[in-house]
Amino acid sequence: MTKVTYIEHNGKEHTIDVQNGLTVMEGAVQNDIPGIDADCGGSMACATCHVYVKDEWYDKLDEKSEGEDDMIDQAYEPKKNSRLSCQIIVSDKTEGLIVYLPEKQV
Amino acid sequence: MIKTDALIIGAGPTGLFTAHQLKIIGLDCQIVDNLDKIGGQCIELYPDKPIYDIPAIPECTGEELTQNLIKQLEPFKIKFHLNERVDEVKKDNNNWEVRTSNGTKFSTPNVIIAGGVGSFEPRKFSLKECEQFENKSIFYSIKDKKIFEGKTVTIFGGGDSALDWAVELSKTSKVNLIHRRDEFRGANATVDKVHELTKSGKINLYTKYQLSGIKGSSNLESVEITHENKEVKEFKTDYILGFFGLIMQLGPIANWGLNLNKKTIEVDTEKFETNQKGIYAVGDICTYPGKLKLILSGFHEGALAARACFKLARPNEKYRFEFTTSSKTIKNRLGVKSD
Repeated sequence: MTKVTYIEHNGKEHTIDVQNGLTVMEGAVQNDIPGIDADCGGSMACATCHVYVKDEWYDKLDEKSEGEDDMIDQAYEPKKNSRLSCQIIVSDKTEGLIVYLPEKQV
Repeated sequence: MIKTDALIIGAGPTGLFTAHQLKIIGLDCQIVDNLDKIGGQCIELYPDKPIYDIPAIPECTGEELTQNLIKQLEPFKIKFHLNERVDEVKKDNNNWEVRTSNGTKFSTPNVIIAGGVGSFEPRKFSLKECEQFENKSIFYSIKDKKIFEGKTVTIFGGGDSALDWAVELSKTSKVNLIHRRDEFRGANATVDKVHELTKSGKINLYTKYQLSGIKGSSNLESVEITHENKEVKEFKTDYILGFFGLIMQLGPIANWGLNLNKKTIEVDTEKFETNQKGIYAVGDICTYPGKLKLILSGFHEGALAARACFKLARPNEKYRFEFTTSSKTIKNRLGVKSD
């Protein structure tokens, strides 16, 4: 189990224990955290699990998947630290990861 | 008013195979889809991506799957209503009265929602001020390119639509192309062409910029863009085009009195019927305990919903289960010779 903190657009924080091997998206969906839609179910075919990764974490994560940036182009208000949460896999390396949820997904 | 035994909303793989199942058992049906082509997510989101979990098909792309499903439907001459979104579903005695965005009206005892994750709509600029100029000076698709002749057009986006239109409009308009990063996701040849036109001064290219403001009163006057490093630029423009791909929205389905669970519709697993008699949901849009969002699940759900439709469409007849391998009646419907 690894702690991941999701911060909603309104500032509300949720710190959740997510099982290693799951994605940051799955951690949110399974724990009913509002603000992540994940319409396509994690196949990188939509951009509705978009998150902003806290700056100091952004470079520590594995590189973006091929094609991830193409989908982020289609996200709501993408920024430099944008990621699709279905492409971030939770592991010991991500203990304490903090992600911000955008105002909305669509 | 078009009368039909069943109306299918959504022309993705599930909607297509559901139509096949309805026709096999002798019911007629028509299909409505908001997109301009048949295939749903398979065509819109991943036409070239291989799929490996369709039973008996080791590998096929979204486009191939769609083509095969269309071929399987050929004997039935199904009527498609593309580019139309179902806006209203109303009870009328024993039938449902359905109206589309184009004003087409249907009367049917059975409505099958095979709507995937809702209808595809263009993603718009998040800036509030853009709304008042929408369809006047700000567009998300182009119907008549003549209006841009001799004008300044500012295009946002990095995919094929943005690049294709930048190249095309640069012949007759002053074009600014703006994208949030250096890489483009369009076809290589088009990306090369854009760089070539940028060098020769036909396109003004700004990368790592995003829209941050617009100015104008009755007409749009100027656009303001901001770089990743916060540097701001402002220039005059007559038109703004945004090409950020399509997003999926449940849309009007949310207003039909159905029990919803997040963005999905609750159904039973016998008929795939919703809480409204005669309205079914199949494929990605339906939910029940154990639901898997797989194409093969949609096929199964459609087959069962089709049988449920029989009762309401032919109240005085008895449905008889038959195999396509042996039934003379089914072979007649398919237009193939029986042995």
